[in-house]
Amino acid sequence: MKTAARTTGRAAERRWTAEMEDLSLHILDVVENATAAGATLIEIRIHEDSRKDRMVITIKDNGQGMDGEMVTKVKDPFCTTRTTRRVGMGIPLLEQSAREAGGSIEITSEPNVGTEVVASFCASHIDRKPLGDIAATMVALILGNPDVDFIYQRSIDGVTTDLDTREIKEQLDGVSITAPPVLNLIQDLLSATPEGEDLNGSDQTASS
Amino acid sequence: MAKLRIEDLKRIKEGVKGTVNLREGNFRVKITVHMGTCGIAAGARPVMSTLLKEIESRHVTDVILTSSGCAGLCSHEPMLTIEVQGQAPIKYIRLDPEKTSKIFEEHVMQGNPVAEYALSLGSETTH
Ligand SMILES: Nc1ncnc2c1ncn2[C@@H]1O[C@H](COP(=O)(O)OP(=O)(O)OP(=O)(O)O)[C@@H](O)[C@H]1O
Ligand SMILES: [Mg+2]
Repeated sequence: MKTAARTTGRAAERRWTAEMEDLSLHILDVVENATAAGATLIEIRIHEDSRKDRMVITIKDNGQGMDGEMVTKVKDPFCTTRTTRRVGMGIPLLEQSAREAGGSIEITSEPNVGTEVVASFCASHIDRKPLGDIAATMVALILGNPDVDFIYQRSIDGVTTDLDTREIKEQLDGVSITAPPVLNLIQDLLSATPEGEDLNGSDQTASS
Repeated sequence: MAKLRIEDLKRIKEGVKGTVNLREGNFRVKITVHMGTCGIAAGARPVMSTLLKEIESRHVTDVILTSSGCAGLCSHEPMLTIEVQGQAPIKYIRLDPEKTSKIFEEHVMQGNPVAEYALSLGSETTH
């Protein structure tokens, strides 16, 4: 009886579920878990390796973490600590996107220390979602959480784009990181794809 | 390695210096974008980008933007809550960039809530 009721509930509650269109939206979503967990520093790394045909996204936070039992349950949509809705979809959706692209997710966490979510994908897989607008994701995160610090690194075959909001805040010396010209600068830097042959040109992007 | 240039940050700092620091609580309007999974999948990020563009193009300095999690009204996403100081918060539902711009113009700038996009006009608590 209980199982039947639960199944009905599942169908009803899942009706709203939409797919994440691209990986940058998954990243926004998983990072929002970290800010909800009280993280003050969040690392976001997106590494692509064409030789290995892998893409790996790592999101690491220093939030409240989860105990072992929670970590094993978290891929189940019925696992949530939120009180406004009975299902948690963020992690299950990410896992689904990874699986569809020949990959998987791995979660490690420690109470009072933090959480690391690693999603890996077969880069060339036909069902691998594109990264999408990662610059918009980072700007939305910084704008919505100005007191949280973010370390961002994107690398394609070893060529990287880096951002550390702690360094930016230090340079800004009291001026808010949410000032539109600052966010535009960040947007420009992150919209450019890191490219191997363009090591010098990449500085130009940041200055526009 | 591509990185932000310190000169650019310095230039911005000089340009922005002197404008109000909104983090001290002296803002006129607070806008909260709901960034739970449901909101993000439904288009909360373009709503956030639109708000940033409006703030920038209108040179608004007394509006603070923030994000929050799921408000439990997933089928109404994307949503935002607008709180004008001294007034009851209003939630707007099923937004897109166009509706967001209209709400910014009419509610945030002119002080007239846009009833047709609002969840309900009344004293509601924010989540
Ligand atoms: N980084 C994290 N730190 C601590 N707890 C986490 C973290 N990520 C997820 N959790 C826990 O796992 C639960 C499930 O996360 P998930 O993203 O799948 O759903 P949700 O955030 O509850 O809801 P939704 O994402 O659908 O809005 C969360 O409610 C939270 O308790
Ligand atoms: Mg979530």
